[in-house]
Amino acid sequence: MGNFEKKLEVFWKVFYEYGGYTRVLTGLRNTIYIAVAGLVIGIIIGTIIAVIAVFPKYKRLPRILDGICKVYVGFFRGSPIVVQLLLFYFVALPLFGSKMPSLNVCMIVFGLNSGAYVSEIMRSGILSVDPGQLEAARALGLSYGVSMMKVVVPQAIKNILPTLGNEFIVLIKETSVVSFVGAADLYVAFNYIGTNSYEFMVPYLVMALIYIVLVMFIAMLVKLMERSLRRSDRRN
Amino acid sequence: MIDVIDLKKQYGSLEVLRGITNTIREGEKVAVIGPSGSGKSTFLRCLNCLEDPTSGQIIFEGVDIADMKVDINIHRRHMGMVFQQFNLFNNKTVIENIMLAPVHIKTHDLRVKKIKNFFIKIRNLFAKNKKELYVINTTKTKIREEARENALRLLRRIGLEDKANVYPSTLSGGQKQRIAIIRALAMNPKVMLFDEPTSALDPEMVGEVLDLIKQVADEGMTMVIVTHEMGFAREVATRVLFMDEGRIVEENTPEEIFNNPQHPRTKEFLSKVL
Ligand SMILES: Nc1ncnc2c1ncn2[C@@H]1O[C@H](COP(=O)(O)OP(=O)(O)OP(=O)(O)O)[C@@H](O)[C@H]1O
Ligand SMILES: [Mg+2]
Repeated sequence: MGNFEKKLEVFWKVFYEYGGYTRVLTGLRNTIYIAVAGLVIGIIIGTIIAVIAVFPKYKRLPRILDGICKVYVGFFRGSPIVVQLLLFYFVALPLFGSKMPSLNVCMIVFGLNSGAYVSEIMRSGILSVDPGQLEAARALGLSYGVSMMKVVVPQAIKNILPTLGNEFIVLIKETSVVSFVGAADLYVAFNYIGTNSYEFMVPYLVMALIYIVLVMFIAMLVKLMERSLRRSDRRN
Repeated sequence: MIDVIDLKKQYGSLEVLRGITNTIREGEKVAVIGPSGSGKSTFLRCLNCLEDPTSGQIIFEGVDIADMKVDINIHRRHMGMVFQQFNLFNNKTVIENIMLAPVHIKTHDLRVKKIKNFFIKIRNLFAKNKKELYVINTTKTKIREEARENALRLLRRIGLEDKANVYPSTLSGGQKQRIAIIRALAMNPKVMLFDEPTSALDPEMVGEVLDLIKQVADEGMTMVIVTHEMGFAREVATRVLFMDEGRIVEENTPEEIFNNPQHPRTKEFLSKVL
């Protein structure tokens, strides 16, 4: 094990004395930025898709919109996120001749991707709300969209909060591929430390630990949230 | 006030309403009775197009609201509806339940007027014949304040002022239904539609809800009430419709229907429920 102590020592040197930790902090920040932005965009897109999906479809426009949404969801659920990142960064952006920092690209692509998954979660959430709620709002003269946004969706979100928490965890874990398009996440930070110390065992071990602690911490928050929601339901 | 002309409703191949023609006049209190599955709820829900009629017309204040081209939301503002299951918004407090629709609709109208005025102003810059602006004599805060005052006034009326800021889940069935009624009244409707408003209540709470409906009736509100409470129908209704198998089989004053039913099916139904 003397070998391992040596490795620790080298790691510590690059991590602390040579300032590797600032990169780790940046990486951690970027990971959280991407996951949070992804979830927020995902909830917005997912809600819109879900509301279109449950809209009655005897008219043409809702059917067309629903068709578009189906293609969208099919694409983002049917291909790996790495592929989506690469397509966006190396195909879509150059085609439109636009430049964008890779961190922003990641936020957008994770948002688009998450939107496809959240739409399914949200749809089941909306279906779990008593149809009488929508009817009562419509009977008061509120439009379908307003009734959904003011009455149905807030109740749906309450029902799916724990599932959304899990989606957030999935996002955190999936951010580990953003270095494919040059975004600096935890992997990039620890890879840097490894490269500079010619030693990869400890850096990757610490990286794994950080991911695990982060995910467990969020899972705990989700549990707490779930419990407090259940308590408020019991009062009903 | 409401002219129903040859109203039909089908679910797939199931004919639920088989041609209903009737006129509901201003100030009338119409009770709809009949066996389970006869189409009473469907009829009532067609009156405000919560169910879209398969064919036929619903003429409300001169407009055929069954026509898919009319903006149904505008007409529904004038038709209050009360459901068997109350349907208070679970995510809103009592006072928010009452204020939601009035505030939203009035602020929406305000916004539309402001936008229209903006375009009229631009147009007036260039055109010779100046167009008049819409008069705007309210603000968002004023709308909210008025709606809040009105909601509190209605809550005071039913003695539930102290419940203004609680969530519906903490209320009894009778309290919920009375709030559902004043939530509809807060829109100043011209007609109120009730679908078995007391059927989901514990017996001891039926009275308080019926009393409130009676009060509203006495104030001259036009009403259509689907009910199994024959005593209530007899006392409050000015006219009773007996429905069976998607048709109005018999209609008359409550005295005539209950004391002297003509149609054999009315007789059979009443002998079971009275
Ligand atoms: N959404 C629907 N889809 C299919 N069938 C329906 C639907 N709503 C109602 N029905 C059917 O239409 C018929 C009439 O229903 P409706 O609810 O109008 O009866 P009702 O007279 O109100 O009965 P009750 O006294 O039990 O409330 C019933 O046979 C019912 O099963
Ligand atoms: Mg019914």
